[in-house]
Formats: sequence, C-alpha cells, structure tokens
Amino acid sequence: MTVVIGFEGSANKIGIGIIRDGEVLSNPRRTYITPPGQGFMPSDTARHHRAVVLTVLKEALEQAGLKPADIDCVSYTKGPGMGAPLVTVALVARTVAQLWGKPLLGVNHCIGHIEMGRLITKANNPTVLYVSGGNTQISNDPSPGYNIEQMAKKGSQYVELPYTVKGMDVSFSGILSYIEDVSHKMLSSGQCTPEDLCFSLQETLFSMLVEITERAMAHCGSQEVLIVGGVGCNMRLQEMMGVMCKEREAKLFATDERFCIDNGAMIAQAGWEMFRSGQVTELEDSWITQRYRTDEVEVTWRAD
Amino acid sequence: MAQEKSMAAPDLLRRAKLLKQGAEARVYRAEFLGKPTIVKERFPKRYRHPVLDEKLTHRRTVQEVRSILRCRRAGISAPVVYFVDYTSHCIFLEEIICSITVRDHIASIQQCDTSKDSELEQLAERVGQILAKMHDEDVVHGDLTTSNILLRRITESGEYDLVLIDFGLSYISALPEDKGVDLYVLEKAFLSTHPNTEALFEKLLKSYTASSKKSSAVIKKLDEVRLRGRKRSMVG
Repeated sequence: MTVVIGFEGSANKIGIGIIRDGEVLSNPRRTYITPPGQGFMPSDTARHHRAVVLTVLKEALEQAGLKPADIDCVSYTKGPGMGAPLVTVALVARTVAQLWGKPLLGVNHCIGHIEMGRLITKANNPTVLYVSGGNTQISNDPSPGYNIEQMAKKGSQYVELPYTVKGMDVSFSGILSYIEDVSHKMLSSGQCTPEDLCFSLQETLFSMLVEITERAMAHCGSQEVLIVGGVGCNMRLQEMMGVMCKEREAKLFATDERFCIDNGAMIAQAGWEMFRSGQVTELEDSWITQRYRTDEVEVTWRAD
Repeated sequence: MAQEKSMAAPDLLRRAKLLKQGAEARVYRAEFLGKPTIVKERFPKRYRHPVLDEKLTHRRTVQEVRSILRCRRAGISAPVVYFVDYTSHCIFLEEIICSITVRDHIASIQQCDTSKDSELEQLAERVGQILAKMHDEDVVHGDLTTSNILLRRITESGEYDLVLIDFGLSYISALPEDKGVDLYVLEKAFLSTHPNTEALFEKLLKSYTASSKKSSAVIKKLDEVRLRGRKRSMVG
C-alpha cells in the first residue's frame, strides 16, 4: 500500500490531495477568484495560496482520516506555472516532507493531468487534450479567454479565418495577427459584429483542437478521449469533441470538474506512479520552474 | 449530366470495401477502370461549422492532388491519380500493392532483431534522400510520419522502393521555414513512435543534407524550430 499526498498551486487553484493505490482519499481545493473578465496576477495569487494552504492541508489529512506518519511520499508541482504561487506551495511541501521525514517528489503539472486522466478513464492509453487558460503564458489582464467565450455564445455569422494545423500541432499566431489586421475594418464596415468574430474564432480554434485530437487518436490507435484543463469545461468544445468521437465510435470521457481542473490528487497520482518506479527528488533539486515541458519528463513507470 | 457525374463516386463507394477511417478521410479499396484503386473520401466533419468544413475540405483535396502530381512529374514515387470528384471530395488513387509502412517495418525489425542495424540505417538514408528530392521540388508534405511512407517490394530478394502517400496536408512552398517544420513534424513523430532512434534519425538528416541542393537553409530553420517550442525549459 502506498499513500501519496500531492500539493498543487501552479495557477489560481490551490489543492492538496491524498491518494492510496488509485483511491482518492481526499481532494480539497480553494480557488482564487478575481472579478469576471479580470485575470489573476502572480503575487496576489501567491498571497491567496499562502493564506489558505495550511487549512487545506489540515482538511486533506482529516478528510482522509490519516496522520502524517501514514504518508509515504510528499509530491508537489514542480512546474510549469506561475512563479510566485509555485514557490509558495513548494515551500510548504519541502517543509512538511522534512518535518515528517518523508521523501519528496517534484511533479510536472501536465503529467499530473494525464495520469489522473488514465486513472479516471481506466483506459491504458486515452488521448488527453489539455487546454488550459491559466497555463497559457499570455497577459492575463484582462482575461481574454473568458470574454471571448461569453461573446461567442451570442455570435452567429461565420467569418473565414486562417486555419493552421501542421501535422499534429496547431499554430495560433497566424489567426491572431490576421484578426489584429482585419478586425477594425470588418467591424467598422458592419460586415460582422464583435460577437460574430468571437464566434468564428472559437469555431476555428476548437475545430483545430478537435482535429489534432482526432489525428493523435488515429496515429496511436486510441479510442478514448479525455479533455482536461479549465477550457475543457467549454460546452461547445465538449460538443464538438463528442460529435467527432461519435463518428469514429470512440468514447469521450466527461470532464470531471473535481479532477480535470487543477487539483492536488492529480499531483499525488503522478507522484504515486513516479515514487513506485523508484524516483525521488532530493532537496537540492526541489526547485520550481515556470517552464517545464511535458516531453522533458523521464517516464520510468510505463513500459509502452 | 453534372447530376449523373456527381452520383458516380458515392455509387462506386457503396460497392467498395472500407479499409480504414483515418482522421482526415475514409479510405476504400475498389476497382476503377480495371485497376486496383484506393479511393480517399473526405467526408463532411459534422463537428465543424458547415462553411468552414466545405472550404477546408475542398482546399485539402485540391492541394493533395497538386502535390502528388508535382512529385510524380519529378520522378518521386507517389500513387498515380486516376480521377478526382470535386463534389464528393473523392480522390481515386493507384493502390500500392506489396507494401508496408516504414512504421511497421521499423517496429518489426526492432522487435525481433537488433542485429539488423545496418538495414535500418540504409532505410533512414533512403528516406532522407526521397524527402530531399521532394523538398527540392518545393513540395511540403505537411504530415510526415513513418505511417505515410511505404516500402514497396520490387524483387524477391528484398529490393524495395519508397513511396510517399497521404498528401492531405501538403502544399507548395519554397520557404526553408516550411520545409524545416516539415522535417520537425517527422522528427517528433519518428522519435515518439520509435523509441531510442535518435541516432537513426540523425542519419536520415545527414542523408537529406547530402542529397538536397537547398538543405543548409532548411536544416538551419529546423534547428531554430527545435529551439522555439512553447514553454521551452530555461535551465541554463
């Protein structure tokens, strides 16, 4: 039996979860909410996390009915994410690991999403589309994503925009510069409304995401899809992905808000896999990094 | 007359055998003008907005045919295009018989025999050569993976030629950037599909560099694109 506690705080959610051999014993979380349309800034977020982290930690242990001695490993989000919040949470993880005398494990946030995806779907090889607003390193002030989503709901006219899929990658730069160039002209000439532009932008971008997901499925022979990350809650994206899956007779797993939005249990789950395969993070290596590519992680817990 | 023509493809497909449903299209095996034929049907994607879907589908059909013809004119092996139906977005192509994908070939070699390294190296060199030729024709494949290159057996003793297929995302471009990205897409697909083949891919690139007349700018761009990537780790 292996019990792992996971600390997650790379964006505006601070979550601490405890997993025992694939069973989620507790997964409390707090979200730093800013007024709608406003993004969250690193220092304010870190301050928020600092204020609640110990309360959440207490909840995690109490809800699981465990004491520190019952924990086998302390895992935390090493990156990617925002610097200040990451540091705040890592500090707590390092401290309790030393206090409790337990090994430490730095986990890649995206791997956390993927491993939680595998656990929820019980699939061996689900195709996981990770779409996150918080993990996009663009200016969050004001938060573009949320505003565009809301306006898109009111748009109806489709306007042709650049569509760029290169193999299994998408490129957003072309569509961005195109919109910057032509939006003024289109809006002032009355050709379309801002809502129509947002609608078209969403249709185009989501189509691109669904397309690369489908390609990945075809290439890997996977018939299971899971969307994770905050943007995965968008109904239109889920709808489009659902239609694609139905046409291929593939299964789309519902976005489970408890686990698909950033949470501590997903870090614990990835930590559980890593720990059992023999990985450990020494104290001097337990720094955080804002940029941590998923493909840099050495996957020692899977043979395929 | 136009009505009859547009009924031709769906009619034939009803009698054809569905081979697979890829991400882009359905692929059928049929007989056309007495020849074994592969029919590639880009069916409507219902998750897309209908206007977007029609434009995208038409554009990709046209680009695919154009790229294949350009390759063939330059002597690069690609399927013969027998017929194109632009209403139903169907392309009728020569079926390449007696062939397997490079992907399956590498996988089978890696699985059973580690002493066949030289065979793999020779394969990598030839792939580099054919891609160099394609890029020198300014054809960018757009979806290079080891599933899209076929090994076609010519003789009993194992001689083969390489055939490029699936030009669905291809386009014409002289830009080193586009060719660099083309190679980058292959590199990522190659390394993620076939573990521990970094050295083999290097051989492929070496062969490409030696065979292509315009390779230095392309390789330079490839190096740049490799560094680019989102969320690059900043460990100094």
